[in-house]
Amino acid sequence: MNLTRRAALAALSVTTLALTAACGSGASSSGGGADISVGLALSTLNNPYFVELKQGAEEAAAELGVKLTVVDAQNDATNQVNQVQTFTTQGVKAIIINPVDSKQAGPAAKAAENASIPLIAVDRTVDDGKVASEVTSDNVQGGSLAAIELGRATSGGVVHLQGIPGASATRDRGFGFEQGLNSGAIKVVASQPADFDRAKGLDVTTNLLQSNPDLKGVFADNDEMALGAIKALGDRAGKDVHVVGFDGTPDGIKAVEDGTMAATIAQQPKVLGRQAVEQAVKAAKGETVQQVVSVEVKVVTKKNVAEFKK
Amino acid sequence: MTTATARTGVDARKILSENGALGGLVVLVVALSILAPTFLSTQNLINVGVQAAVVAVLAFGSTFVIVSGGIDLSVGSVAALSAMVGAWSSAEAGLPGPVALLLGLATGVAAGLINGAMVSFGRLPAFIATLAMLSIARGLTLVVSQGTPLATPDVVTFLGSNLVPQVPLPLLIMLVFFGITGFVLSRTYAGRSMYAIGGNEEAARLSGIDVRRQKLVIYALSGLFAAVAGMLLAGRLASAGPQAAVGYELDAIAAVVIGGASLSGGVGRAFGTLVGALVLAVLRNGLNQLQVSPFWQQVVIGVVIALAVLLDTLRRRSR
Repeated sequence: MNLTRRAALAALSVTTLALTAACGSGASSSGGGADISVGLALSTLNNPYFVELKQGAEEAAAELGVKLTVVDAQNDATNQVNQVQTFTTQGVKAIIINPVDSKQAGPAAKAAENASIPLIAVDRTVDDGKVASEVTSDNVQGGSLAAIELGRATSGGVVHLQGIPGASATRDRGFGFEQGLNSGAIKVVASQPADFDRAKGLDVTTNLLQSNPDLKGVFADNDEMALGAIKALGDRAGKDVHVVGFDGTPDGIKAVEDGTMAATIAQQPKVLGRQAVEQAVKAAKGETVQQVVSVEVKVVTKKNVAEFKK
Repeated sequence: MTTATARTGVDARKILSENGALGGLVVLVVALSILAPTFLSTQNLINVGVQAAVVAVLAFGSTFVIVSGGIDLSVGSVAALSAMVGAWSSAEAGLPGPVALLLGLATGVAAGLINGAMVSFGRLPAFIATLAMLSIARGLTLVVSQGTPLATPDVVTFLGSNLVPQVPLPLLIMLVFFGITGFVLSRTYAGRSMYAIGGNEEAARLSGIDVRRQKLVIYALSGLFAAVAGMLLAGRLASAGPQAAVGYELDAIAAVVIGGASLSGGVGRAFGTLVGALVLAVLRNGLNQLQVSPFWQQVVIGVVIALAVLLDTLRRRSR
């Protein structure tokens, strides 16, 4: 028992050390003799989209010569509150938060406010709390654009693949999509969750094809699920069934180019990350910041796909 | 139990008592056939089989661990890491597909061996050792992939596709691994020691089983099966994702337990696990076809898991 406990403790301390080392190396990567230090609390790095957002932020930090510390909440809202609290004790001059969930980011905002550190929200808003600047792309508008684009590509019964039930991106994109439906000749025959996951997108679409064999279209709340749906549709994708995704990830853009995806709603995660750092630096220096920075979402179709290839 | 009762109901009772979850599966299938007209088509049943394959293979590996009284929480992450190493080796490092596949499988075995070493030589509780590996393997998946999905080599994509039309390879691979699992559990020294260790570890040690070495074998097998499952998942999508198979370890454990295994060790069979994995796949398929609200789906899945295990417990008690 004692041995087990000691071994567990040893393992724990090793992990902690390793983690500290890992964090340390991440923090020092973008030094540049800066006296301004900015914290970036990301919701997750488990998604190419947020990896791009981080890259945009790091590029901007390097150009502006500020020190950027990045932490990842692994999609856990409580974890994120702790991370923001930790930032307040580390002497950062501004905090950028990419909330795990807009509705659960209140305590994090409170922690920053109590420490008098300006808070910048990126990609998702903070519903309940004071922020100096919001840098977001409009998910509701994106959902509506997706519905319009799908209505342009096809008419008849379509399926809506939803993200994680209750997540803010799921709510906003779904809400926008339903609003956009009014303008077209498409009708939603099924709405089922596939949790933003490609494998689940494949399975759920396969299942829905059984009960709706004459399906005409699919709207997925993100490109990963849309790519799963395309797998499920096989040869039908892009021919008699049209798929619209969301995010404009490299794989999604490629599918649009190949013609298997009718369109994707591209956000510009790198621009989001860059703008957030620019606002954060302004706030840290006590300059005026722009309260709302709206980064455009763009409909990517085969016509304009070349602009989005990297 | 008297000879008379045993004689009258021997067949039905034998099948039911050995395969409690089968009853649950049958009830589920009958109910869905009535509620969803398209459920009982050949194509849909094949779909269910394919959709069960990844979790089933993970769960076969977990059966070894659970029978021996352990637990492996790392299988989902190890599956993702193995697939990612395979994809990276071919897409980024330019190695030939089969080599990349083998490297991926070796990654799974290595992760399993580390789990086994932490449990047997480090004397860490299996829960903690494999929880640590869950995090390490997921993190390494992100490190290797840099957070973006990578295309899988052709040989891996082949594993996830149809052998001939209507005959999906994942389904066949699931059945092959079902056979391997049954064979290992009942016909090999390693398998028999799993039951012995799970039944009473001290007694197993005293009777001459090298418990430490067997645990290495057990967790290595679990890692290998996880790697195979990861390849199947990535193959089906032609892409290895950094966020693939998150939470699958819980599905695998649920499948094993629905299949009648005991989390305290010593009990469990390959057939039960197969049925358990099918129960989960049938359920998810049916929920989609019935278009149950996303908010209720998780509730229904939880209730069915609880009912399936409860049914099994009651049946055992009444025996």
